[in-house]
Amino acid sequence: MPSRFRDALQSGRFVITSEIGPPKGTNIEKMLHHIDLLKDKVDALNVTDHQSSVMRFPSIGGCLSVVERGGEPILQVTCRDRNRLALQAELLFAHTRGVRNVLCLTGDAVVVGDHKEAKGVFDLDSAQLLKTIRQLESGTDLGGNDLDGAVEFCAGAIVTPEAHPIEPQLIKFEKKVEAGAEFFQTQAIYDLENFARFMEYARPFPVKILAGIILLVSARMAKYMNDNVPGVFVPQDLVDEMAAAPKGEALNKGIEIAGRMIATLKDESLCHGVHVMAIGKEEVVPDILKAAGLAG
Amino acid sequence: MKSITRQKLPEEIEQQLQGFDRVYIAGCGTCATMTRTGGREEVLAMRERLQQLGKLVTGWIVIPTACDDMTQAAMEENNGAIRNAGCILVMSCALGVHRMSTCLARPVIPALDTLFIGIEDGSGCFQEACAQCGQCVLGETAGICPVTACHKGLLNGPCGGTNQGKCEVDSEKDCAWTIIHQRLTDQGRVDVMRRYHSARNYNIAPRPRMTRIV
Repeated sequence: MPSRFRDALQSGRFVITSEIGPPKGTNIEKMLHHIDLLKDKVDALNVTDHQSSVMRFPSIGGCLSVVERGGEPILQVTCRDRNRLALQAELLFAHTRGVRNVLCLTGDAVVVGDHKEAKGVFDLDSAQLLKTIRQLESGTDLGGNDLDGAVEFCAGAIVTPEAHPIEPQLIKFEKKVEAGAEFFQTQAIYDLENFARFMEYARPFPVKILAGIILLVSARMAKYMNDNVPGVFVPQDLVDEMAAAPKGEALNKGIEIAGRMIATLKDESLCHGVHVMAIGKEEVVPDILKAAGLAG
Repeated sequence: MKSITRQKLPEEIEQQLQGFDRVYIAGCGTCATMTRTGGREEVLAMRERLQQLGKLVTGWIVIPTACDDMTQAAMEENNGAIRNAGCILVMSCALGVHRMSTCLARPVIPALDTLFIGIEDGSGCFQEACAQCGQCVLGETAGICPVTACHKGLLNGPCGGTNQGKCEVDSEKDCAWTIIHQRLTDQGRVDVMRRYHSARNYNIAPRPRMTRIV
């Protein structure tokens, strides 16, 4: 069974992914509801891996639910919590259960999360994890031992087009490409001119780029991200547009802005698709897609 | 090169000294004096604190360099006061604590936590420059160690958490890879950063680490 997401990437059409955040606890009803709501409206659903270093239900658990319900999951794997044995084991397990896509991440630092005294592992980094996938596909593990049954994954990574300074990030991007990344989901972008410049640089590489779209829910959130989220820059005109929304209409304004950006990215063929993140507001992702003219 | 220490909280020291009414205090004249955690002044302040707790301080010393093998001789000279004590409270880094524990039968209690091996970077400011990993990459990183200076110890470039040249965990701290990139660029060898580093070998110097020069 090959990756349906890879087929979508190679089809040449505008690809849409979104993401699911597993719960803190065993009540997975809301997560299942979000999966059911989105699985047929997107090409693949990322499932986050202890996002922001906050301990949660695992990414692989969420991915299995996506598979069971007929969706196409992207397993997010960070290097923060597992050494190379545990990472390889998880990839073997994921493959046997129908997961065919992996997003390789370094992972946030432990101290930004809710278990600040825990040990950050980082035995591998994101480029090394990508290489590990390609090695497991060749039939051997990182120790050089033969596998009884190999894996096959569509493997991707992230890039931050609005990072400053950008040059070190671009070198890392190229190392990830060389290590085997087929697709990139970007950190949130809001400045389309800057993103277009990034795409001029990135387009010659043999990878598919999905622009990260984070739903704005208030002007305050936009300012908060500008002050606190590395590599995210919401231009002042968008902050003002959010602030000018009538009371109770900020969410709708955010949906409109996200939809407008997605439509521009698609109409101007700026990139190969989008990755829509509606952190905590997954139920409005279909509205964003509708606003973008993409509702199927 | 200095062993950088920090005094434990008074409550922890008090808890560790429970059951010991008579205490001998040993400081160190080298690193712990420089970092003002276990020099003469701090040893005398500790003596006063212990006396306030109702302990009898049988004696005290600031050993010139607590971790070296002269410590045994210093201990023997003060044998009487040491034997008179239930334990030795050591105000040196863990190397000194270890050294003393090997030459004394009495329990040895650390009063300091050892944080890192650092270099002085401006007066009174110490920073860690080497984590003694056993696989030096400084030749490819313009002299800045990413294993030490990058919070995540990354070998293949910065993570996505870096912002304006600062680290995700502390906006006061520099992003090691931003500096490495800048310095390699200044040296005209930024391409070195494009080299892929495979996963580190943690078996190069397995713990417990030791070496013998023959």
